[in-house]
Amino acid sequence: MLIGRVIGDVVATQKAPSHEGRKILVVQPLNLDGSDRGEAVLALDAVDAGIGERVLLSTEGYSAMTAVGRPNSPIDMAVIGVIDSIDLVQGTL
Amino acid sequence: MLLGRVIGKVIATMKNASLDGQRLLIVQPLDRHGREKGKPLVALDSVGAGAGETVYWCRGREASLPFLPNEVPTEATVVGIVDSVNVPVDESKA
Repeated sequence: MLIGRVIGDVVATQKAPSHEGRKILVVQPLNLDGSDRGEAVLALDAVDAGIGERVLLSTEGYSAMTAVGRPNSPIDMAVIGVIDSIDLVQGTL
Repeated sequence: MLLGRVIGKVIATMKNASLDGQRLLIVQPLDRHGREKGKPLVALDSVGAGAGETVYWCRGREASLPFLPNEVPTEATVVGIVDSVNVPVDESKA
């Protein structure tokens, strides 16, 4: 799983039926210092996350489709949590 | 999933029997601003996407799941046609 920030969403009328009724979020993965980690990705929303929120991003199919509640569907990324805070012990990383 | 744009298609008469009837699209990955990012790749189509359309596509084993119960050998499949991308502020630099 990765830490990311929701920076937008995507509207798509014609899509996989298993994606119906779920928001498609544009999520920018982040490093621990808050900088960008690679390119933004599209993830289905499993927790009702909003734009600007820091979230937990699942980047593997089984966990993503399980979180969204749509097994056996083409989902490789999902937002599975909204992050309240992150504690880092200085010097252990 | 990632954003992409369909920039062409591949015709292959001789192919794995599980790929019969499947459309092979050439997809250029895009970043969140709609700019080309990385190199084009070949992806199967599950939604009837055509040339020039902005789409989103799925990678990995999940890419073969739209075609169940058929087991289709693909690692990338277009799973949606994008109407609009809404990224209000670039918060990645915040």
